Amino acid sequence: MSGEVIRLEDVWVHYNGLTVLEGVNLSVREGDFLGIIGPNGGGKTTLLKVILGLVRPSRGGVSVLGDSPNRARRLIGYVPQYSSFDRDFPISVWDVALMGRLGHKGCFRNYDEKDKGIAAEALKKVEMFDLKDRQIGELSWGQRQRVLIARALATEPKLLLLDEPAASLDTRIEVGLYELLHRLNEEVTIMLVSHDIGIISAYVKTIACLNRRLVYHASKEITPDMLDEAYRCPVDLIAHGLPHRVLSTHREEAER
Amino acid sequence: MIEALQYEFMRNALMAGVLVSIACGVIGAYVVVNKIVFLSGGISHAAYGGIGLGYFLGINPVLGAIAFSLASALGMGVVSRKARQRADTTIGILWALGMALGIIFIDLTPGYSADLMSYLFGSILTVPTSDIVLMLVLDAVIISVVVLFYKEFLALSFDEEFATVVGIPVERIYLLLLCLIALTVVMLMRVVGLIMVIALLTIPAAISEQFISNLKKMMLLSTLLGVLFTTAGLWLSYAFDLTSGATIIIVAGVGFLLSVFYKNIAQRRTPAQM
Repeated sequence: MSGEVIRLEDVWVHYNGLTVLEGVNLSVREGDFLGIIGPNGGGKTTLLKVILGLVRPSRGGVSVLGDSPNRARRLIGYVPQYSSFDRDFPISVWDVALMGRLGHKGCFRNYDEKDKGIAAEALKKVEMFDLKDRQIGELSWGQRQRVLIARALATEPKLLLLDEPAASLDTRIEVGLYELLHRLNEEVTIMLVSHDIGIISAYVKTIACLNRRLVYHASKEITPDMLDEAYRCPVDLIAHGLPHRVLSTHREEAER
Repeated sequence: MIEALQYEFMRNALMAGVLVSIACGVIGAYVVVNKIVFLSGGISHAAYGGIGLGYFLGINPVLGAIAFSLASALGMGVVSRKARQRADTTIGILWALGMALGIIFIDLTPGYSADLMSYLFGSILTVPTSDIVLMLVLDAVIISVVVLFYKEFLALSFDEEFATVVGIPVERIYLLLLCLIALTVVMLMRVVGLIMVIALLTIPAAISEQFISNLKKMMLLSTLLGVLFTTAGLWLSYAFDLTSGATIIIVAGVGFLLSVFYKNIAQRRTPAQM
């Protein structure tokens, strides 16, 4: 199939005897903006790592940009969760953005003018170029998130993968971030995961719910019906702790 | 101090202080930002096994220490990455095992090894010119590797996962960094002794990190601080007839306390911006 960026077929992941992903099927087309929502511990980060080739599924097939994840991941711009970073790390915004060029350079070769141009362009796209000399610890959460997106863009990716980009952002900043992603989506396919069900649904093109199993509505349009489902499913999951009931209704609908 | 310079041992001691400060400043910065102080301590103590082996085989103990510290660095690196949750335990075991091996080797060696203590507590005043040359070579190796792999080391230290995703062989780069730490540790051992290696490796970098937000500048300031601490410590130990290695560490430790104190005062005056 042409234009297919990610394809997962019956992917299972087990960690120490626990099933983290259970028979996940997914197909992401070029130009898509896919949001995957689901509760914490539902396997969202694991799913991203499977696509990046950092976690090998115990069963099932993964193809990214028509290739194995290990070979394709140079074409993926990955934006990890910021919370896992050391805030005091002595590095500037500029150096973080340049890091995006690392995969394009062999060992022993320094960043050249072309790399610097691409890194500068990426920072301008996320409106962080003016702060390029700041140490990352001096930035707000939202600004740091933008810098990590710039670093991912500097890899000149075909696919942007984001892990909880809006975690710990206040609503105004979060809206700004999604608007940025919406703009970037004109050029690059985006997939993001979030435990947060709020604003995300207004910006994504397709949405899926993940709690070990993936319930995927491969819809390009956000219908009021879909929005309702997107909101309802994780809310139910979290609020009532009855995942099976909710998921089974989903599954039926997905099969229809 | 000036009149002390007429002695070759004093000139060598000062020279050794400068040379180890360079390695310390550069590698110490990586140790601090990567939070691998305990691992570095493990490497330095395991190196004692190599010193014992050197005596046992009748070769230069420093060569034995280089071999042992490199081997233990690679061992700790591989095991701690394979079983990340148990890295702490593994390092602790290799730490003690290396020292025990050293002691057994020395037991097996006939005769009494008088200068064994100098490896434990350092003896900057007895550094021969041949060791100065060795330190020069080690400095050159360390600096060249850091220059060649600067961007890889930076990416690995800041965000290993991203480095993996963009295709950097992170495992090999990490082991290379540990080897550089091993070489630095051997140099430091001569000056402050393996028990106190960690202090000189981390204190200058820990002070710099509080004030500097750029890794290269942090390395530079750490080096200058290292020179300051070793020179001041050497002078104090000469003036008051104290053990040189320990005096250097105390000077560095006082420097660290002062820096923390100063940082707190400075922060109270200008509230941290957010």
